[in-house]
Amino acid sequence: MAALTIATGTGNWFSALALGVTLLKCLLIPTYHSTDFEVHRNWLAITHSLPISQWYYEATSEWTLDYPPFFAWFEYILSHVAKYFDQEMLNVHNLNYSSSRTLLFQRFSVIFMDVLFVYAVRECCKCIDGKKVGKELTEKPKFILSVLLLWNFGLLIVDHIHFQYNGFLFGLMLLSIARLFQKRHMEGAFLFAVLLHFKHIYLYVAPAYGVYLLRSYCFTANKPDGSIRWKSFSFVRVISLGLVVFLVSALSLGPFLALNQLPQVFSRLFPFKRGLCHAYWAPNFWALYNALDKVLSVIGLKLKFLDPNNIPKASMTSGLVQQFQHTVLPSVTPLATLICTLIAILVQAILLPQPPEYLGIQPSIFCLWFKPQGPRGFLRCLTLCALSSFMFGWHVHEKAILLAILPMSLLSVGKAGDASIFLILTTTGHYSLFPLLFTAPELPIKILLMLLFTIYSISSLKTLFRKEKPLFNWMETFYLLGLGPLEVCCEFVFPFTSWKVKYPFIPLLLTSVYCAVGITYAWFKLYVSVLIDSAIGKTKKQ
Amino acid sequence: MEKWYLMTVVVLIGLTVRWTVSLNSYSGAGKPPMFGDYEAQRHWQEITFNLPVKQWYFNSSDNNLQYWGLDYPPLTAYHSLLCAYVAKFINPDWIALHTSRGYESQAHKLFMRTTVLIADLLIYIPAVVLYCCCLKEISTKKKIANALCILLYPGLILIDYGHFHLGFALWGVLGISCDCDLLGSLAFCLAINYKQMELYHALPFFCFLLGKCFKKGLKGKGFVLLVKLACIVVASFVLCWLPFFTEREQTLQVLRRLFPVDRGLFEDKVANIWCSFNVFLKIKDILPRHIQLIMSFCSTFLSLLPACIKLILQPSSKGFKFTLVSCALSFFLFSFQVHEKSILLVSLPVCLVLSEIPFMSTWFLLVSTFSMLPLLLKDELLMPSVVTTMAFFIACVTSFSIFEKTSEEELQLKSFSISVRKYLPCFTFLSRIIQYLFLISVITMVLLTLMTVTLDPPQKLPDLFSVLVCFVSCLNFLFFLVYFNIIIMWDSKSGRNQKKIS
Repeated sequence: MAALTIATGTGNWFSALALGVTLLKCLLIPTYHSTDFEVHRNWLAITHSLPISQWYYEATSEWTLDYPPFFAWFEYILSHVAKYFDQEMLNVHNLNYSSSRTLLFQRFSVIFMDVLFVYAVRECCKCIDGKKVGKELTEKPKFILSVLLLWNFGLLIVDHIHFQYNGFLFGLMLLSIARLFQKRHMEGAFLFAVLLHFKHIYLYVAPAYGVYLLRSYCFTANKPDGSIRWKSFSFVRVISLGLVVFLVSALSLGPFLALNQLPQVFSRLFPFKRGLCHAYWAPNFWALYNALDKVLSVIGLKLKFLDPNNIPKASMTSGLVQQFQHTVLPSVTPLATLICTLIAILVQAILLPQPPEYLGIQPSIFCLWFKPQGPRGFLRCLTLCALSSFMFGWHVHEKAILLAILPMSLLSVGKAGDASIFLILTTTGHYSLFPLLFTAPELPIKILLMLLFTIYSISSLKTLFRKEKPLFNWMETFYLLGLGPLEVCCEFVFPFTSWKVKYPFIPLLLTSVYCAVGITYAWFKLYVSVLIDSAIGKTKKQ
Repeated sequence: MEKWYLMTVVVLIGLTVRWTVSLNSYSGAGKPPMFGDYEAQRHWQEITFNLPVKQWYFNSSDNNLQYWGLDYPPLTAYHSLLCAYVAKFINPDWIALHTSRGYESQAHKLFMRTTVLIADLLIYIPAVVLYCCCLKEISTKKKIANALCILLYPGLILIDYGHFHLGFALWGVLGISCDCDLLGSLAFCLAINYKQMELYHALPFFCFLLGKCFKKGLKGKGFVLLVKLACIVVASFVLCWLPFFTEREQTLQVLRRLFPVDRGLFEDKVANIWCSFNVFLKIKDILPRHIQLIMSFCSTFLSLLPACIKLILQPSSKGFKFTLVSCALSFFLFSFQVHEKSILLVSLPVCLVLSEIPFMSTWFLLVSTFSMLPLLLKDELLMPSVVTTMAFFIACVTSFSIFEKTSEEELQLKSFSISVRKYLPCFTFLSRIIQYLFLISVITMVLLTLMTVTLDPPQKLPDLFSVLVCFVSCLNFLFFLVYFNIIIMWDSKSGRNQKKIS
């Protein structure tokens, strides 16, 4: 009986949480899955049945392999399990093949790989110190944090309904963050390098890693006031870091270099031929920009400032056109987005390693806020990097918001200010994922899960910070409550109006613009909070 | 209550699980000509909408009673009618007379599932939440955990075919445990009028209320209460049956439909005494029908008599709940024409005592889900049943830490073992025995499930596994019947002892 008690983990809330969400994932198996399901099946087939030299050339299906080599190898390994489930799914020419065994295999592969994510969350919970308030289990920061991560709404619907393998990739990221918190820098760097070769979207947060490792690991000591002691620069550490990154990259890209296929691989990984925005605008700066352009053009037409004949016919919202000409505002090129992103990232990337000379702020400022919370500073920087790239990136997908939400969860249990930003960011970010699931049977699921996560996150963080000032001001409360009527309008009222045929894109447009406002606000607030923190440090010092 | 948000979260989890399970297959999907319970419910909407009330329960050219004829009390029929109006608004094809038989489509499935979810949300779930909030002597956290476990009980989630009567029965229990006897009995009358199977619970209600009247004194307040209760019961019944009281034949026909005595001692494979006994001796074929009827009546009556008498003599809220369990269990095990789904009627009161005897209740609820395995397999619900059962088990283990609550006192067997020890001083191994029984029972259930799923039964015995499942569950249920009766008996005894002491 005692053995059974231990085996089932009596009183062990973490395993209960993890098992609970795993079971929920199993229940989600028969739900709708998007074309990503076929994408991954196709990759299984490609890696299983073709030689390496063909992997990045094969184009029978329109869903060509466009993830870095490690992911291809991952699919290769999976395919060797898959053949025991259904041999047919491994045939490249079997387009859109989907048997019940294929479905089970693919769904279970995602659920199984999430073990890594669960482990990473466990590690993160060990090393994150939140605010300590009550003795009650449900008020412990560790408990709240594990719920926020394990039961994350975005991951649930993107991975287990929409179908993708984000869980274990985020697991790798969280694990590498945890390692950095535990001062195991080499491991952290290694894990992140591996992660980059699994999915290159994580390049967005690479600057944070680079600068942090350079500053905190390669310089072994600080001056008493916290500024850099230039002489403490350790060449051994730089070289070992470089070696780790180089070896991982060599392992991943080496074979393709040997085959002389690198340009082809890169052309698959970075398809700049796509447009500024996806068919459904990700709720970022460009969504607002596009919306403004639309509004201006409509006003212009009404007031006869614009000639209707000069207006490009292709409408961005129709969902098919990838390239889009702005009518009033200047069109945006990939280079422009790159510059915007870089500026947004660089400012705080410079802030991060606190080289005061660049900013002209007194050296002593940062040692107050930065030194005692070294890895926390890194975490903020990482979140800001992810969020900035989401705000200004080229052809950003709405799913990329998870890249900011998950690291932000780690911050949220620490400080009331961060919690407030986190809640605005998650709620709007998660809501913006709603259009991913548009089928009727999934409508209740997404609403229920969203309510579940939102109510839990808001209430638990409010309880955690109940002794401090309220998390939201009236404006923020009003904005967040507005999501409810928006959902009702878009999914319950709009389909019954006559506009449904004439302007089918309106719900998407509204969702995207409304969420863009919230996310931009959260981004701005996070940015300001990073700057203000340093200012507080300054006043305290004086 | 500061932790109201956790309760909301718990309710949302319950709803999410219900909806995700409902995405799976349903009873009789794509199996003409009779289909299954899904079609029965749809057919009732068709009948009630298109025919006048007088023809609902009668065989006619428009209403073939052989094809899922209406055999539930009037409230269910009214409920179907209400759903039918909504269906008519969305798509009239769904309930068109004759032509809609066996209608199946994705949209229609969605509609049917939504009707169940909404009814659950309106009736059952608020009752559960309120019941847990009204529990005394436990912390808020425990109340919420209790609600989570009850809402996750897999039996109700998997057999999601309008168990509204259970919701009303729960309201009845709730009313009575909050001392609103009138509201409680009204709710219970509605429950009976939803489904005649609620009669399983009727005796404890009756005994408890009668006992209460006696206690208050039949000459004073008790009599007033009795009259009030009688009025409520009669009034609610009259109201529900009003359209059928116009002619005598109408009423009789409805009653005939409700109690189909000619359908035999049992159907399919049920985990009750008769079906299990049938393995050794084919009673169903040997004995004539009326003897079977008398036999089952007598055994049911005898098995529930002691608990009911106790309840009349000593009406207490706790005793009431336990008597609900034991009576329903007696009915399930011994009565005539029992369906395997009827175990849900026992499970509901067991859910109510979950916080008092967590170990035994969890065990019972696991067995009850297991006993429906053949049914669930037929509906292709293997995956969701395994998943929800595990989720339920984990919820119970974490919220009640049931394995640490196996002492005699926590099993409520203290007074029993003390009285046994008067005669047998060495009787100290009771809780150990129960722990081992639990292990054996769980292992048997897991093994049997695995065998049923993976192995093909031998050709000579195609029903081997389902009979085994029934037999094993029946043994378990018998054990539980004894256990619950012991609790009821010795609980009152200890009460008397305490009175003596005081």
